[in-house]
Amino acid sequence: MIVAGAFDLALAVTVLAVATWCVSVRATFAAVVAFVAFGLLVAVVWVRLAAVDVALTEVAIQGGIVGVLLLGATASLRRYKAAVAERSGATQRLAVAVFCAVVFLALATAVLTLPDPAPTLAPPVAASLLAFGLGNPVTGVLLGYRAIDTLLETVVLLLALIGVWSISPDRSWGGRPLPMHSAGRADALVYFARLLPPVGIVIGVYIVWVGADAPGGKFQGGTILAAMWMLVMMAGLRNPPSVARSGLRLLLVAGPAFFFIVGLAGLAISGGFLAYPAPYAKPIILLIELVLTPSVAVTLGLLVAGPPVRDARQ
Amino acid sequence: MSAATLYGLSAAALVGIGLFGLITHPDPLRKILAFNLLGGGVFLLFGVIARRGAAAGFGGDPVPQAIVITGIIVGFSATALAVALLQRLFEENNRTAPQAEGSMQGAPTVSSHDGDRGGGD
Repeated sequence: MIVAGAFDLALAVTVLAVATWCVSVRATFAAVVAFVAFGLLVAVVWVRLAAVDVALTEVAIQGGIVGVLLLGATASLRRYKAAVAERSGATQRLAVAVFCAVVFLALATAVLTLPDPAPTLAPPVAASLLAFGLGNPVTGVLLGYRAIDTLLETVVLLLALIGVWSISPDRSWGGRPLPMHSAGRADALVYFARLLPPVGIVIGVYIVWVGADAPGGKFQGGTILAAMWMLVMMAGLRNPPSVARSGLRLLLVAGPAFFFIVGLAGLAISGGFLAYPAPYAKPIILLIELVLTPSVAVTLGLLVAGPPVRDARQ
Repeated sequence: MSAATLYGLSAAALVGIGLFGLITHPDPLRKILAFNLLGGGVFLLFGVIARRGAAAGFGGDPVPQAIVITGIIVGFSATALAVALLQRLFEENNRTAPQAEGSMQGAPTVSSHDGDRGGGD
């Protein structure tokens, strides 16, 4: 008990120290590295809070893909000598610090005065899990109990990608994103990109499959699959695809579209949007996860690859 | 103090730290980083509330946990869009005087500087 308490205290202090360093360090590169470390540490906090599903998402997204995205942005923005405004003055910073301290105190008070028999929706979720035939309560919520949120979330991912693509100038439309690998030879990375994907793809598919009954699911598994694809692109073994390819666009839309069609079918058959007919609930949920996973993985990879550039590599 | 309360206070501090960085940093990329720290704090608050709601044999209330997973994905989408916008902004600001490729946005559109920039946000 004391060991666990000491561990929690040390972890909380480390998380806050890394976050403070991330905000205060001068070099942007160091700040991004601190952010990746922060993501990994927070994933451990999620395990301590008995939320292993969230921990997997946190480690894959915040610790992994956001890190790659921001490191890439740091490298590409370094070419431009920043013409940004100078740092704000000491008085202003002090005022902001006081404001942020007030926000902290308000939130801390809220945390300390949370109602004691904490309100919970766990019992109704447990009841609905039996109906869905699932063992993982978080998957039950994501695909059964609150499936509409998940449907909209996949649409948000797609909209973000459309947004990223739309930012490209007219002359770049129909091109492909800039290659993710640098010009120099990186033999170790190439070796790594040949060795790791077979293992990573199996792990990614396993995490999707096991999500029905244990921590895992399409976002966690899809992120691992996306990471394998990004690794291959970063090693220069493959270039990002052209955004004009219709097969690619079909793959991107297939997941959310299938989810939506299942929802409409529920309206016709079971009398409610996204209502699954009871005996087939589990196969339908597995099928949705299966169709969504490639869409999620490709969307994540393309979000990191960025807007298209025409004739980027000639 | 229980572990949940300890992490709850850490989450509140993270929101404060992220907010400070978001307001004071002049570099937009650092603002995006600070924004993600702030978001991490908010997600952790959800996690603490989920942990306190442990019942029915679960380690935590699965509803806030599922919402946090949705939140992390949406936060990533927003970050990717913000980074793309930032890169385009830097390209636009650093574009030097019209070069060979600049013929498309050359003289004819100069007079209508408020032309197609209108519309919503």
